[in-house]
Amino acid sequence: MNAPQATAASTRLTYREACKQALREALLSDPRVFLMGEDIGRYGGCYAVTKGLLEEFGEERIRDTPLSESAFVGAGVGAAMAGMRPIVEIMTVNFSLLALDQILNNAVTIPHMSGGQFAIPLVIRMATGGGRRVAAQHSRSLEGWYAHIPGLRVLTPATVEDARFMLKGALADPNPVIIFEHVMLYNMEGDFPSDMKEVDIARAKVRRAGRDVSLITYGGSLFKALQAADALAAEGIDAEVVDLRVLRPLDTKTILNSVARTRRCVIIDEGWRSGSISAEVGMRLAEEAFFELDAPLRRVCSREAPIPYAAHLEDACLPQAATIVIVARELVRPS
Amino acid sequence: MSDFKMPALGADMEAGTLVEWLVRPGDRVKSGDVVAVVETQKGAIEVEIFQQGVVSNILVPVGERVPVGTVLAQIDGARGAAPPPSIEPAIAALKPAPLRPIVAAPSSRLKITPAARRRATALSLDPTMIVKGTGVEGSIRLADVETYASGAKLAQRPAKKGLDLSQMRQAIAAAMSHSKREIPHYYLTEMVDLHAASTWIEQYNAEKSPVERILPAVLFLKAAALALREQPQLNGAYENGAFTPASDVHVGWAIALRGGGLIAPAIRDTDRKSLAELMAAMRDLVERARRGNLRSSELTSPTITVTSVGDRGAESVTGIIYPPQVAIVGFGRAVARPWVVDGRIESCPLVTVSLAADHRVTDGHVGGLYLAAVARLLQEPEKL
Repeated sequence: MNAPQATAASTRLTYREACKQALREALLSDPRVFLMGEDIGRYGGCYAVTKGLLEEFGEERIRDTPLSESAFVGAGVGAAMAGMRPIVEIMTVNFSLLALDQILNNAVTIPHMSGGQFAIPLVIRMATGGGRRVAAQHSRSLEGWYAHIPGLRVLTPATVEDARFMLKGALADPNPVIIFEHVMLYNMEGDFPSDMKEVDIARAKVRRAGRDVSLITYGGSLFKALQAADALAAEGIDAEVVDLRVLRPLDTKTILNSVARTRRCVIIDEGWRSGSISAEVGMRLAEEAFFELDAPLRRVCSREAPIPYAAHLEDACLPQAATIVIVARELVRPS
Repeated sequence: MSDFKMPALGADMEAGTLVEWLVRPGDRVKSGDVVAVVETQKGAIEVEIFQQGVVSNILVPVGERVPVGTVLAQIDGARGAAPPPSIEPAIAALKPAPLRPIVAAPSSRLKITPAARRRATALSLDPTMIVKGTGVEGSIRLADVETYASGAKLAQRPAKKGLDLSQMRQAIAAAMSHSKREIPHYYLTEMVDLHAASTWIEQYNAEKSPVERILPAVLFLKAAALALREQPQLNGAYENGAFTPASDVHVGWAIALRGGGLIAPAIRDTDRKSLAELMAAMRDLVERARRGNLRSSELTSPTITVTSVGDRGAESVTGIIYPPQVAIVGFGRAVARPWVVDGRIESCPLVTVSLAADHRVTDGHVGGLYLAAVARLLQEPEKL
């Protein structure tokens, strides 16, 4: 991770630990908060994020659920309506489709259809993305689909500090929020200032400043983009890396400002290209930054296929730093 | 509603710049009206319309360069007269392996990034002057505009209405290379006795005021046109592997321009015009060609070309066919030579008439008959 050297005034954590500390802080600070999900209690969560929380907070607040996403997300919607602050974990985005009806037709719709009488302060966490060699049904990147739904806030913490503090902001939002945690990030370590207490959940963030091309990305692809930027820097190409962080509502301003500076843009998205969040970002640039552009907009997305099991095929399917380098280089220095 | 499109004003034309609109939305137009001026490699051409109706939409602004076939304007309630014979197929033939992108029309438009275009506008420089773009797909990008703007002198843009002779040279080069490459020419020449013709012209001109006098070239032109009635196989277009004879004779008259360059606008219905009318048409064409004021139909409609080198030219000229035409007739300088008349040697004015013709369409036999007809017609100038 490209964080600065740890100093006395910084905290070093893994992404997994950051997620857990965020959950602990939420549970400690608000008695209305409780967790629900498959295997989050006794097993400690399939990515070990909730390990130990059951012992600390008890069965009332750390609830193992049956394998029925529709049922326990629906229960979360009901609990939120009733004044609780449920944090629901869906093992991976692949299984969230079973709960899509609850999310789309209830969680985001009830506040609107009740004329504002009901808020749904529900937080749903789910793992997303490929790279763990667990084949097609466990490797989807569908966060772009959720970013399509008005009424949802969609967060994609990519750094340890965002993993640590975005949950707090999500719980403060009276409307449903989905937090996507990329499966390849849990083991990553990073630093953040010890006095940090919160992060912005409204704005994208420039993770690396540059003049020549904007690499716009989020989640698991952020580090590939940063790697690519390092490689490009060695060639004398100064890439700016923008972390979207919030896929909905999208922070158009930060993106536009970046591209207005660099005039070139590669969007990196682990989702499939057609109809993806990268398509949305690109279109907004076409609509609002057209006259700033000095090169065509480009994208690096996943191959439009089910993600394969075999390592070399999976790697070939997903966006990689090397591909980003090639695409960015072509924009800055056409052959 | 019908479309008024950027015409192909030559076999070598791919795109043109719209430099002036002579109509506005709401204007009524009829077939033959000059509605716009288009800058091509051959200079500024007045483009006529062959529809009747009301101009409803002007789609291409002044200053924009668009490919042949781009819709320039829309005409409401249009009743079309047939457009003049198009030579677009010849353009296709000119480019054997065109790289056709999926997006059809705008592809040959200037590739310039939006940022670069805006910068160019701010600097009031013409981005079409930047020949080489360094951006993606060779597009002109911001850096190219900056380099161009800072780089030395801003080459003066050629006057809007006028001729760019270097461009015209390129156009001629393209058309003639294509012709020499694609058209199997055969050449015939015939020496023609001009005794009768020059005597007749002297008498004719003696009674006329200077403006009414005619040049020998007019006789050549008319004879060349009339002879085509006997050999219609030399009059028409060879396109897409087939010859289509033309129903009328519109002779393209080759005009040399001052400073170099050549253009061959049509004299319509050459075979049906009187000598006086032809003389007037020639004068008018030469004058307008040198001013750069030719009309689109004049450039697109020739069915054959005649080139006459005149008094200061060489003794004979054998031309290169201008595609998609299938023949070109050349008249050399008239010279006095010993000539056998009734078994006696006499001094006689002679001209060498040549024919270069497309062997895919005709053979030397037809060509020979044609030259014989020209020679015969020139013996009775009063009948021309």
